[in-house]
Parts: sequence; C-alpha cells; structure tokens
Amino acid sequence: MRRTIEDRIALSLIWGGASLTIIFLVWMLWHILANGLSYVDWTFISANYSVTDKENSGIWPMIVSTIYMVILSIAIAAPIGIMTALFLTEYAKPGSKVVKVIRFCTESLAGIPSIIYGLFGMTFFVVTLGLGFSILSGALTLTILILPVIIRTTEEALIAVPLAYREGSYGLGASKIYTIWRVILPSAMPGIITSVILSTGRVIGESAPVFLTAGMVARIPDSVLDSGRTLTVHLYKLTTELYTVHDWNQAYATATVLIVLVLAINLVTKLIGRRLNKATY
Amino acid sequence: MSDVVTVNHAPTAKQSGQVVKALEASANRVDWANHLFKYLFMLSAFIGVFSVGLIGYFLIKEGMPALSYAGVTNFVFGMEWVPPVLFGIAPMIVASLISALGAVVIGVPVALLTAIFLAEVAPKRVADVVRPAVELLAGIPSVVYGFFGLVIIVPMVEKVFNIPAGNTLMAAIIVLAVMILPTVIAISETALRAVPRSYKEGSLALGASPMFTIFKVLLPAARSGILAGVVLGIARAIGETMAIIMVMGNSPAMPRHLLDSARSLTANIAMEMAYATGLHSSALYTTGIVLLVFVMVLNATLLYLNREKAR
Amino acid sequence: MNKFDVKDLNLYYGENHALKGINLPIPERKVTALIGPSGCGKSTLLRTLNRMNDLIENVKITGNVSLDGNDIYQERNVGGLRMKVGMVFQKPNPFPMSIYENVAYGLRAQGIRDKKVIDEAVENALRGAALWDEVSDRLDGHAFGLSGGQQQRLCIARAIAIQPEVILMDEPTSALDPIATHKIEELMEELRKDYTIVIVTHSMNQAKRISDKTAVFWMGELVEHGETAQIFNSPQDERTKGYVNGDFG
Repeated sequence: MRRTIEDRIALSLIWGGASLTIIFLVWMLWHILANGLSYVDWTFISANYSVTDKENSGIWPMIVSTIYMVILSIAIAAPIGIMTALFLTEYAKPGSKVVKVIRFCTESLAGIPSIIYGLFGMTFFVVTLGLGFSILSGALTLTILILPVIIRTTEEALIAVPLAYREGSYGLGASKIYTIWRVILPSAMPGIITSVILSTGRVIGESAPVFLTAGMVARIPDSVLDSGRTLTVHLYKLTTELYTVHDWNQAYATATVLIVLVLAINLVTKLIGRRLNKATY
Repeated sequence: MSDVVTVNHAPTAKQSGQVVKALEASANRVDWANHLFKYLFMLSAFIGVFSVGLIGYFLIKEGMPALSYAGVTNFVFGMEWVPPVLFGIAPMIVASLISALGAVVIGVPVALLTAIFLAEVAPKRVADVVRPAVELLAGIPSVVYGFFGLVIIVPMVEKVFNIPAGNTLMAAIIVLAVMILPTVIAISETALRAVPRSYKEGSLALGASPMFTIFKVLLPAARSGILAGVVLGIARAIGETMAIIMVMGNSPAMPRHLLDSARSLTANIAMEMAYATGLHSSALYTTGIVLLVFVMVLNATLLYLNREKAR
Repeated sequence: MNKFDVKDLNLYYGENHALKGINLPIPERKVTALIGPSGCGKSTLLRTLNRMNDLIENVKITGNVSLDGNDIYQERNVGGLRMKVGMVFQKPNPFPMSIYENVAYGLRAQGIRDKKVIDEAVENALRGAALWDEVSDRLDGHAFGLSGGQQQRLCIARAIAIQPEVILMDEPTSALDPIATHKIEELMEELRKDYTIVIVTHSMNQAKRISDKTAVFWMGELVEHGETAQIFNSPQDERTKGYVNGDFG
C-alpha cells in the first residue's frame, strides 16, 4: 500500500515535469503570437524601418539582411563542412592523428560561446582583414559557428550510407571521387539537407556575434560589404527602446516573425526526417 | 605516366568492338581528379583546425595588454570595473556562475522528469507531441527568450518579490532554466534509453514497481550520461549572452543577493565591445579568455564523463 | 592455363590470422568453387583476388596473387584491376538509381560519355545477364523496383558491362529463393564460356552442379583442391570428408 502511494507521487511528478516544459513553451508562443500576430501585415513585412513613423514602420531591411546572412554563410560553410565530412569518413584513416586533431578542433568550435565568435570576427574579419562591419564579416563569422553542425550531421549521413554501395562501386573499378559523387553523396543528401536547414536556423537565431561583426544599420545593405541588421538584432534593438505602444507592437510583431520562421524550419526538418525514414527499408 | 597499367581486354565475346575500344581508351586515363579532390577535402578539413588556432591566437594577443596591465589576480578577483582604470571582473564571474548554477537547480529537475517521461512513461502519441515541442524550444532564438523574459518574467519578479526593478539575477535564472531544458532533456533521454533492457527487466521481475525501477535502477545506471547533459546545460547557460543582457540589469557591481541586478561575463563583452578602445577593449578580450577557461573546464569534465561512460 | 596463381598467401585482420599459407591455381574459363564452413576464409580469399580487402582497415597481406602472371599487389591501378576482375556480392546491391544507370555506371566511371557506346553496352550486358527481355521496356525504372533475383542479375549485368575477364561471386544466391537461384545458375552456364568464374558458396549441391574445380577451406587453411567430382566423390582429407558429408557446419 505504501509503495502505491509513493508510485503515484513519482508518476505525477514525472507528468508534472513534462507538463511544465510544455506549459512554458505554449505560454511563450501564445503570449508572443497573441500580441504580435495582428500587427504582422503586408505593410510590416514590406515597409522600410522608420524611427519617426513607427505606425507604418516595417522590417523589410532586416528580412533582406537576414536572407543575405543565411545565403552567404551557408554558401561558404556548406561546401567546407561537406568536404570536411567527406575527408573524415571517406579518406582519412579512422582513429589516426589527423582525424583526432580535426575532430577535437571541430568539437572545440561547437563548444565556444557565440559571443567569443563575435569578438574574434570583430578583430579578424572586421579589423584585420578590413572587411568592416558588413554582411560579409557577419557571414564569415557565422560560417565558423555553423561549421561543426554541418560537419557532424553530414558525417552521420555519410556513415549511414550502406557499405554495399561503396563495395559495388569500387568493385566496378570506379574511383573514389566518382563513387562519392554518384553514389555516396546522393544517398546522404537528405541528411545533408537537414544539416543545412539546421544551420539556417542557427544563422537566423544568432544575435551577439552578428551585431559585433555586421553592425546594426537598419536599412537594406547595398552590397555584402555594407552593414546590415538582422531580425534578431532588430528585436534586441527594439527592446532597448520600448516607450510607446507602437514600440511594443513592433517588438511583438518582430518576435512573431522569428517564431514563425523557427516553426517553419522545424516543420521542414521533420518532413525530411520522415521521408528519410520511409526511404530506408 | 608510368604508374598507369594498361588494361588489356581479352577478346571475350559479349561486348562489341566500339565498347571495348572505349574501355581501352579510358583505361589509359590519368586520374588526376582523384588526387586533386583528396587534397581539396583535406584542405577543407583543416579550415576548422585553422579557425580554432586563429580564435585562440587573437583572443590571447588582444587580451594580453589588459592582463599585464591589471595582473591576473587583480583582473580575476578585482571588485571594481571602471574602464579604463580598474578592470576587476569578479562580479561578472560571480554573476555568470550564480546564474548558471541557479538555472541548473531549477531547470535540471524539470528536464530530468521530462526525460524520464519521454523515455519511460509517455504513451507514444503523447511523446510524439512532447518531443517536437522540446526540439522547438531548442530552436527558439535567444533574443526571443530574452524578450519573453523582459515582458513576462521581469514584471513577475517585480511583483512577487515586491522590488522596484525586476531585472535581476532571479529573472536571468528563470529564463536560463528554460533555455537549458532542451539540452538536458535530449541528452538525459538518450542516456536513459541506453540503459540495457535487462536492468529494467531484472528489477521488474523481482517485483519492483515501475517507479522504483526508474528511480533506483535506471537513473543511477544513466548517471554519467545525465551528468554530461547537466554539464552541457551549464555550458549553454554560461555562454548565453542576449537573453541575459535583456533581463539581468547589467550593473557591473557585485550582486549581494538574487534580487540584485548583475552583469555576466558575456554581457560585459557584448555591451561594451562596440565602443571600447585601447586597454578597455583589451580587457573585454581578457573577459573572453576567462569565459573560455570556464567553458574549457566544463568540456574537460565532459570528456572525463564520456570516458567513464565508455568504460 | 591458370588465370590466377595464389602463392603462399597469408592474410591478417589485425591479430587474426585469417588466411594461412594458401597456394591455389585458378584455371581460365572454368568455374572454381570455394567451399567450407562459415568463417573458414573462403570469402576473404575471394576478396584478395580483386583487392577488395584494401577497403578494410588493418589488413596485412604476405605472399602473392598473380593475374596472368602479374602480381596484382604490385599493380598501382587498382581501378583497372577491378575492371578486369568483376565482383557480384552476397546480397544484391544495385545502386539507388535507374536500371539503365546501374548498368552504365562502370562505363561512366571510366569517363565514357558517348551515348551510342553506352546504349549498346547496356543492352549487351543486360542480354548477357539474361535480363534484357524482362526490363527492356523499363530501363528508366528504379532498380529497387526489381525482384531480388532480378536485382542480382542486374548486378551481374553491371559487372559484365565493363568487359571483365574474371567474375568473382560471393555467395550470389544465398539471399534468393530457389527459382531465382536456378535462373542465376543457368546464367552461369552461359557465362562460363566467356569468363573465368570464382564462386564462394555455402551450398555443396550448388558447387557440385556448377563448378569444374573445388577448393575446400578450413579455419583459414586450404585443405584440398582439385576437380569437383574428385573432391566430392573421393576426398583425400578427413576434414573434407566430414564437410562434404554434412558432418560440420
């Protein structure tokens, strides 16, 4: 009898803990969406940001800067990350010194707090290389930041490619690079795409390393060498000057846009994951 | 190209002349592409190594002047942050550690219970909703957490504790506790699932209740994996920047209690970097070095835990 | 005339001595069967013939294997060797692409782009593997849509498309049902006219049915080899006797 009561308490604690997690998520999403969704309209999306006319101010420049940032950093990081993963899985001898060094450094990169990337990006890309506070400096900084994600996820996808495909290809006298190009990469593609989407989420979500390297100028950047303000940096900026009701609406609406983006990214990742599960029988 | 051996095809029946001719021609090709790509891939792989080196180099190079100006003791144990004269970051170290530990104290029990729920208790259909929700929690940008903290948690702390400003360590602890949930949940769940089935079956077969089995058999068996999750959670909390800036008040003085405003190491860097120059700027790099030392200690702990798990 | 000559071959997987002093001639345009209980080294030997063991870490080889008198472990063009010595695996392993692309794969891998050449080679190879009639109307269909037996014949077609001289078969029918197995054995009757075939098999009946020569392996050693009929009817070694009578695994 005593045990049953203890069991009940334990069980309700477990359900309670899980509920708390969910409640917090729902609370956060609900609060932001409920206060922000009604202000997200076409004007808000497509208008330029204006400090004077807050009522008709929008986030178009931040959307453009965010898109630049995503495309540029993925375009640089994805090839490097995929090639690194290929080197680790297909070329290097497993357990060799080279592999250990590369893996240690990749894991170290994954553990470095993002603000350190900001510091580094500011000295190296902005000042030393003279790229200035620019989309390019930001994207290069984020490239290093997302590299570990791309390498690890791609590596897992490559390892999952059946040995039989490799044997079949080498057994036909095909070279390594041909085998990689025709058989291994296509089979690992869903995993690679997942890694790219995950990193897109990281790029959209980062803020500290971004404003230290890309600045916060709230207009559409002329080129990749121009400064730009991403959506997350914009939300941060807005929260430092919450005075009128319009300020609040702007902040809620921006947060709403970010949450919708994150939801979309999660959904796409899930769909790819599901297709992947179906494909492997 | 002496290392290429000609492939002579015996005149076997099946393929026609033009196919054989094409194959013979191809056999004399030099496969330069294979070597080229091998070195290209290797070069790519070293970009990560190169980056680590570069980050370390710049941090130390830029941080040195302030460190030699103030001295390690004054820097790490100094109570006053008055750039460009006094560079004491003891208050920031305390704020970072207290906020991370507080987040662990609140967040880990909830995370652990959720992990147990997902691994052992939840009906499949419920788990299929909860798990994506946890993943979603991991994907939400830290500024959004900060914003939510600013509009909900900070006023709540004000009201509950009846203080004039809610931007306090307490608010940061609550926000960080939520932010570390996904990390701790995911790793603990994996650790729980990795416990051999036989442990559980053995316990149940002896007549122990499912709950007794979970808390007395599964949790201890998954101990090192769960600890790894907790360590990663601490690392995430210590490294967090934006959410903390938005809710902790950022006063550089030593916090006296949890309802005081405080500034973390990360906030110190992020807030002043944009305008700092000279020694002041160098002192921010030194702050970065101290932050990195903490993270390295955590990673070493993680390495040790993983080694124990492997054994 | 011997196609392969295996001399004093030893192979180690790390500490494990997997092949012990193997001496085996493999005659040209004959079917040689390698038999023996699981783990006896027969598949390992097969994989030394096209250096497939190169793909595995920590393999050490001593002795030599020569193809037409040339030591294949001195050869630097391993791709060229594997074109000459094709391989069919235990489980059918077509690539995840169309039937046509599977057969064309080996040619494309050699940089051949001429559509006419490839078309012709694909048709010849599929005919050679007795698959043409079944798939000629759906060459663009995915290879995974074929039955297990068809997939295995596709793998044979893929191998003969690049005009090998030898085909190595590693228990090619062990994953197939009796009807599909029968078809593959029929096909081998045709292939033996043009190719040297080395087959690893678990089934003594299969070895009896299709092979000219048989070699019996036992715990990494070559126990006995010779004419198939002689091995099965009057084995010299006690272990062979026991094995062919079904006393061991």
